[in-house]
Amino acid sequence: MIATRRRKLTGLLYLTPAIVFVAVFTAYPFLQMVGMSFTNWSLITPPKQVGLANFQAALDDRQFWFSLGYTIRYTIIITPILMVGGFLLALLVAPNSGLRRTTRAIIFIPVVIGLGVSSLAWVWLFDPTFGLINKLLSDLGLISKPIQFLGVEADLSTWSIIGSVVWKVLGFGMLLFVAAIQAIPAEINEATMVDGASFWQRTRRVTIPLTRRTILLVTLISVIGSLLAFDQFYIMTAGQPFNQTATAVFFIYLNSFPYLHLGYGAALSLILAAIILVFTVVQMALTRRSEI
Amino acid sequence: MTAVTMRRPLARAWSRVWGGRKRYLAGAVCLTICVFMLAPIVFSVMQAFKTRGEAAAVPPTYFPHELSLDNFARLWTYQAGLPTYFGNSLITAFLTIAFTLLLTIPAGYALARFPVPGKEVIFVFLLLALIIPYQALLTPIFLMFASLPIKLTNTLVGLAVLHTVIQLPFSLYIMRNSFEAVPRELEEAALTDGGSSFQILRSIFIPAVIPAIVTVMLFAFVTSWNEFLGALVLLSKASTFTLPLILATARAETSLGGTDWGMLQAGIAIAMIPCIVIYLLLQKYYVAGFTQGALK
Repeated sequence: MIATRRRKLTGLLYLTPAIVFVAVFTAYPFLQMVGMSFTNWSLITPPKQVGLANFQAALDDRQFWFSLGYTIRYTIIITPILMVGGFLLALLVAPNSGLRRTTRAIIFIPVVIGLGVSSLAWVWLFDPTFGLINKLLSDLGLISKPIQFLGVEADLSTWSIIGSVVWKVLGFGMLLFVAAIQAIPAEINEATMVDGASFWQRTRRVTIPLTRRTILLVTLISVIGSLLAFDQFYIMTAGQPFNQTATAVFFIYLNSFPYLHLGYGAALSLILAAIILVFTVVQMALTRRSEI
Repeated sequence: MTAVTMRRPLARAWSRVWGGRKRYLAGAVCLTICVFMLAPIVFSVMQAFKTRGEAAAVPPTYFPHELSLDNFARLWTYQAGLPTYFGNSLITAFLTIAFTLLLTIPAGYALARFPVPGKEVIFVFLLLALIIPYQALLTPIFLMFASLPIKLTNTLVGLAVLHTVIQLPFSLYIMRNSFEAVPRELEEAALTDGGSSFQILRSIFIPAVIPAIVTVMLFAFVTSWNEFLGALVLLSKASTFTLPLILATARAETSLGGTDWGMLQAGIAIAMIPCIVIYLLLQKYYVAGFTQGALK
């Protein structure tokens, strides 16, 4: 009896540093953010309670809704590309032969480098004067004058960023899909092969159904990541042209830091966090279920 | 029956021919993909080794005509100098690793092995950062750091604390699971020998979960080394900048007189290469971390 009580206390003692850390650096900031969202906090004047004014302002803020809409559009475009692309790659490289193993390892390399740094490298590749993509296109005779990939035309900028991000994160989904495909029991695959099913029939009837949970989870991770996109947009277009490529986090960043509308920024953060929460809850429900 | 046996060898022969062709096709596709994935990195790194003149040439060259360390030399002395920025990134990453391990090893141990009351609630509380994206917490964290008696804005410790916030849920999850997987008998033997819980942690548990610790360190390093937005918000003094931040700043600052892409690519290469080398060396831990963290 005494022993268990002692162990309870010891356990709590071991947990204390982490609990304190999360309380101070995650829970408290979160509560403060909620509090701030009801004030007109800026670093210049002392904060005043403004009730729901920030949320009212957010509702009427066309640029905020535009950024949110833009982020959602970006998410809706990039997610299927990442899912289908990642899955096709996984089908290709899941068998453990030397070449496929190497290909798998190489596809994953861009995932490990930083998004900020890779975005900078792509700014150079896309550059109209110094960039190799324009150079290659003109050497191939496909274009007569350089294309302004970034920051001049909104759609082209978005697609260029999507191209670079797909290159950067395709390997993430692929890796998880490969793990799921390899976890399919060999007997199931053999059974379908004896039945004479073709590769694509097998993919449709066996591989996809058996990796469904992974597909769903990777989709959620990708959706959450895309809704929070910042680095690539900040570096590659900085919202140009005319804030048409400003994502939600970028817009919140602009309001909070360069403009110092901290209270308003907090309200916007809260709205975004609420949207993300929906996806996180689904994701957690899915992961929980697998533990049982 | 006979039809089947008749068809088998034929089908097999056919599938061998077709299969052979398919194998070449798959091989060709694999190679093409490898070229596409590697090209941006390889061309970036080659740009870093061009002479200053060639790096700024219009039209650009694909391959350097002459190898040079010009660009690295310019980066070496750019503003506070490359050693400072590289050092800042490295210190932040190591602090993040240290904080993460100091918090998640004991916490994971307690969650896996002690009859703590309200364990499930505590676990969910510790995973709070999974539910609230850190991007949304930057403003209050910035204000807190700015108002502390010892300011944490513009410090690497402050940035490492933020990176620890980001990295904590994943790390705790990995640590708890691997402590749970340690066989009971090992612990019981030590308990009957009268070892204290801390001795048991040190002598039995930590050696048993080394792979998990490596995974946690690896991901803490990569997260911290690559993180951009938090550094942008918390750091405003150029001497505290991390590598991604100084590179993004250098690009903006040199863009008026024509961006110095030679120097920038030297920096990009220096920022990328540690991650790639670590990945190639520790692939096993990477794969384990990603699949455990994301799927379980």
